[in-house]
Amino acid sequence: MIRGRNEFLYFAGRNRKLVAGLAVVTGFLVVAAVGPALTDHGPNDYVGPASQPPSAAFWFGTTTFGQDVFAQFTHGLRSTFLVGVLGGGLAGLIGMLIGFTAGYRGGAVDEVLNMVTNVILVIPTLAVLLIVAAYLRVRGVIPEAIFIGLTSWPWVARAVRAQTFSLRSRDFVDLARLSGAGGRDIIVREVAPNMSSYLLMTGILLFGGAVLLAATLDFIGLGPTSGMSLGLMMNNAVLWSALQLGMWWWFVPPGLGITAIVGSLYIMNVGLDEVFNPKLRKL
Amino acid sequence: MTLKVDNLQVWYRTMRGDVQALDGVSFSVGDGELVGLAGESGCGKSTLGKSLVRLDGRMRHVGGTVELDGKELPIGDSERMNGFRFKEVSIIPQYAMSAMNPTRRIGRMVAELLESRGVRFEGGQLDELLRRLELVGLDPEVLDRYPIELSGGMKQRMVMVISTLLNPSLLVADEVTSALDVSNQKAVAEALVDFRDRDYVKSTILITHDLSLAYQVADSIIVMYAGKLAEKAPTDSVVTAPRHPYTRMLIGALPEVGVRYDTKRLTGIPGSPPSLLDPPTGCRFRDRCPLAFEKCVEQPPFLEVAPDHAVACWKAF
Amino acid sequence: MLRLDHVSKNYRVGTFGGRELAAVRDVSLQVEPGQVVSLIGESGSGKSTIGRMILRLTAVTSGTITFDGTDVAGLTGSRLRAYYGNVQGVFQDPFSCYNPIFKADRVLELLREPYFAGLDGRQWRAKVEGSLEAVRLDPGQVLGKYPHQLSGGQLQRMLVARALLLDIRLLVADEVISMLDASTRVDVLNLLGDLKARGLGILFITHDLSLGNYISDTAVILHRGEIVETGATELVFGDPQHPYTRSLLASVPQLHRKWVRDERRRVSEPAGEGCG
Repeated sequence: MIRGRNEFLYFAGRNRKLVAGLAVVTGFLVVAAVGPALTDHGPNDYVGPASQPPSAAFWFGTTTFGQDVFAQFTHGLRSTFLVGVLGGGLAGLIGMLIGFTAGYRGGAVDEVLNMVTNVILVIPTLAVLLIVAAYLRVRGVIPEAIFIGLTSWPWVARAVRAQTFSLRSRDFVDLARLSGAGGRDIIVREVAPNMSSYLLMTGILLFGGAVLLAATLDFIGLGPTSGMSLGLMMNNAVLWSALQLGMWWWFVPPGLGITAIVGSLYIMNVGLDEVFNPKLRKL
Repeated sequence: MTLKVDNLQVWYRTMRGDVQALDGVSFSVGDGELVGLAGESGCGKSTLGKSLVRLDGRMRHVGGTVELDGKELPIGDSERMNGFRFKEVSIIPQYAMSAMNPTRRIGRMVAELLESRGVRFEGGQLDELLRRLELVGLDPEVLDRYPIELSGGMKQRMVMVISTLLNPSLLVADEVTSALDVSNQKAVAEALVDFRDRDYVKSTILITHDLSLAYQVADSIIVMYAGKLAEKAPTDSVVTAPRHPYTRMLIGALPEVGVRYDTKRLTGIPGSPPSLLDPPTGCRFRDRCPLAFEKCVEQPPFLEVAPDHAVACWKAF
Repeated sequence: MLRLDHVSKNYRVGTFGGRELAAVRDVSLQVEPGQVVSLIGESGSGKSTIGRMILRLTAVTSGTITFDGTDVAGLTGSRLRAYYGNVQGVFQDPFSCYNPIFKADRVLELLREPYFAGLDGRQWRAKVEGSLEAVRLDPGQVLGKYPHQLSGGQLQRMLVARALLLDIRLLVADEVISMLDASTRVDVLNLLGDLKARGLGILFITHDLSLGNYISDTAVILHRGEIVETGATELVFGDPQHPYTRSLLASVPQLHRKWVRDERRRVSEPAGEGCG
């Protein structure tokens, strides 16, 4: 029984997982937005003495080349969020489009779309990326986001399709059909709003997944060729033996950052599930 | 056996406050009696049935007592009630037929259920089970099937047999016929009577919204409205000479075969039952009652006006 | 007005769709203006499928359904919309017919754009209020509320009001009162009776014989997808010929008439295809 928007907000405010997760992610977002302005040099500039541990001048220390780790961190955060939003958003868009169409139309259309989904699902993304990387000399954030978007949508399509199947046989959809509404109208006006909680949670998962995938790609060196990102920081740290040399300040911040962001997103999702699903709530 | 319910009060906890689902209900059920508990949705009949066996998480036992065969039932304490459930008091919950584990064969499920109650399932028990299956018209091979292979009527009869295996003194059957077809309804309702006749259960409380069904099999009928009892009488008295205005109007609103719209228009009861979050003082039916007068602002007691016939209405006294 | 000729509906069931299930077999019936036809059957009889086929929510496998002589199967686009301006349906569960996240009167609003685009705000509101009053609902009490704030009876009546907005000629009422309380059922039934008196044709689908008897002129008894008996209501109920009709009448619980107990016999039923 829905008492309007207030019920969700009431439970949302009380759910510790949601609030804590949201606080962490927002915190990082603020750092990403404001951080680069706190430093007057770029992430790759040689500004200080090499291999310094954190100090008052350089909060996160410096790299083997004297670059400011903090500046790298804040710029990297920006890039991470950007890839997350673009890549996750693209995957969500494609997944929903295919999922809604397959779920609503059924029949032959569903079969064809299912086949397409399955093919993309089984393609080894890393192998494809290696080949693509071999051909593209220069890679940017946008192509990386597009690549992530084009390969992460299958599970979204599957899940949306399943939900649409079940919602489509509900009486209020029949009633909408009896009002002369066409397929697209019904999906947009009747089906999708009923799945809004699910779509929100899917969006969060896609964002987190995109961040993780981008970090992985950057870490193995398949990321953008210019700019900075958290994964690239870790890649560099490993390349220049930061672990063996004891320069923990080079790889711990980016590693913790990614873990904290993605972990908080997943915890937020668990909290959101409790908010939306009355059966999981503790009264 | 005898069941005595005295001023039972059970409330539901919700976000908006406490719903006073059962507000001071008192009645008794005699040995071998099949009582039909009739009422519309929200009247509290399901709550009453459930509170005799197991209060679920949201229900709270606020007051009153339940006595079975002279012993007080600890209905507020789920742990202590465990000793009574299934052996002395048993329930066939609503939607029971959909609640059988779909991944277990039925025979295995019954065996596990009995073992959890400390009863060995072999020899004598198995024979008894087979005897009862035959009574309700089920083939013994049904024990080897999965629930999904049975039709609705068969599942409901299976659940009835399972619930009564240990010969409880009191059986509460909550809307056991609502989801069934007309022919299955008859079979299931008659099976309830058979169980009582064969002494598998001593007494039964049949909870239903269908007054005509209660008329067919019950010895006496209790009519509930908005958390309180309205009338209790032997079946024929309730149907032919009801004393409570609600019962009268309810019977007047039932279409029968033979009654047609153009010859005799039936009328419903205008309005709707009061909200139990904040129930009105006095008789809860007075807003919809054509006979309401000044005294109705005071809650009428549930008193006997004729042998075995009790009503809660000032006009009936 | 409405005519079904040898209509059948087959479903593919079983793993890999190997078997065929005939939900409706060779059904022919008619509904004229101002006439109420009761389609009576238990679950699995195909009665709801027939209703859905008439409403174009399910496709017909064979046979034809015609409305005023036109085959409804081929209608699309604006012609389908015109058809829905003549034929509408009301279903069993009032709460599931309303999209729970929107207000209840949205079901009326949904009709505005396709059918009443020319009306301005005041005219539209007048039309809506007129419809609500025709089903004896107080516009002030039901407009602007969410479905969970209204009762089942009010929701069902609002669905009938929605159908009346379009000035329909045929209403398919599928188990419209089985989820309502006994005290409100009669009100909705009486409403249907009044509408019939004003010339509306009604296909009244139900499993409850007493309801079918109350307002219908013609009764059609359905069993496992086939028509086993049909005729004027008084005849079918007063003097049933088919053994299925007879057993149905004998099993209905009625006030003032007790069941005849059958002798103990083994009841062999085929395991149902899914739940009942």
